[in-house]
Amino acid sequence: MCTSIIEIAAAEGMAKRGDEWFPLSTAVVAYDHARHAPLGDVITLDFINADLEPGARAGIELTLESAKELRAALDRAIAAAEFEGAEVRGKGAVPGLVRAA
Amino acid sequence: MSFYRGMTCENVTINGDKGTPITAYVAKPSGPGPFPGVVLVHHLPGWSEFYIETTRRFAHHGYLAICANLYERAGEGNPDDVAAKVRADGGIPDAQMVGDTEAAVKWMRAQPGHNGKVGVFGSCSGGRHAFIYACQKKDVDACAELWGGRVVMGKEELNAKTPVAPIDMTKDLCCPLIGIFGNDDRAPSPEQVNQHEAELKKHGKTHEFYRYDGAGHGIWYWHRPLYRVEQAMDGWSKVLAFFGKHLAK
Repeated sequence: MCTSIIEIAAAEGMAKRGDEWFPLSTAVVAYDHARHAPLGDVITLDFINADLEPGARAGIELTLESAKELRAALDRAIAAAEFEGAEVRGKGAVPGLVRAA
Repeated sequence: MSFYRGMTCENVTINGDKGTPITAYVAKPSGPGPFPGVVLVHHLPGWSEFYIETTRRFAHHGYLAICANLYERAGEGNPDDVAAKVRADGGIPDAQMVGDTEAAVKWMRAQPGHNGKVGVFGSCSGGRHAFIYACQKKDVDACAELWGGRVVMGKEELNAKTPVAPIDMTKDLCCPLIGIFGNDDRAPSPEQVNQHEAELKKHGKTHEFYRYDGAGHGIWYWHRPLYRVEQAMDGWSKVLAFFGKHLAK
């Protein structure tokens, strides 16, 4: 396939390349033929910093099934994190301490 | 002459779109020529080793060959990382590709050993780009489009970088076209390939399309599971015969 299935999102955080961590600006999700994995079509995740050189990139190629499992894991972790933030740390805590946590 | 032709390969700088200097890999067959020329338009994975090797392969078969780095403006680095950066930026504008490819064609026509004929070749997004180039410019003599995706585009897919669907440029195609496609591909799908061919017929354009069973996208990519040896070798023979016919002087 030579698709136009590309989703681009702003990303705040850091990613690792070799021994070095670099700040992120962008996450790209695409579905197209694999460039590295010995697979046909894959979900590609690229975490990059558009303001740095092209090597500032952490790239991943996943089967569609692996991507679905990752999405489900992300959903579970995010739901738990939001519960943790809102229901556990949030209740009864001093606002300043909430931010610190 | 020995059975296997020698060649000289190097990187050159050409004046790309709007005069921006870009790098191009060139391969020149040994001997005085005259040689026909092939301008390669690389694919979405970038100025990749497959394209550099394919440039040499054309030289091996007696063509002056050049492949410009259409992604050079994204910065230096591993072509794979550069391609990822370009993808994150929404790809390159079709118009910029035309300007860069025109520079490669001009380089070709300025070579002393050139026979005056130029073919444009591309696969994947490069197939789409090669077709666009042959529709927008009049300075090529043959076009090879291999599994070009998004030749057929819906209105919702058009944007500032790709403002016109290539299929709508068909009436302006300036030269004979060869198409190589896999029937298991979904972009372009067999239905889109049929639409593409119907438009060529409607405008009376010289073309030959080859549709392969048991193959999908990227049939020639020897480093990928997409590779299909029988279909790839047959496709190579078809393209070399096509260029041999239309680029001879």
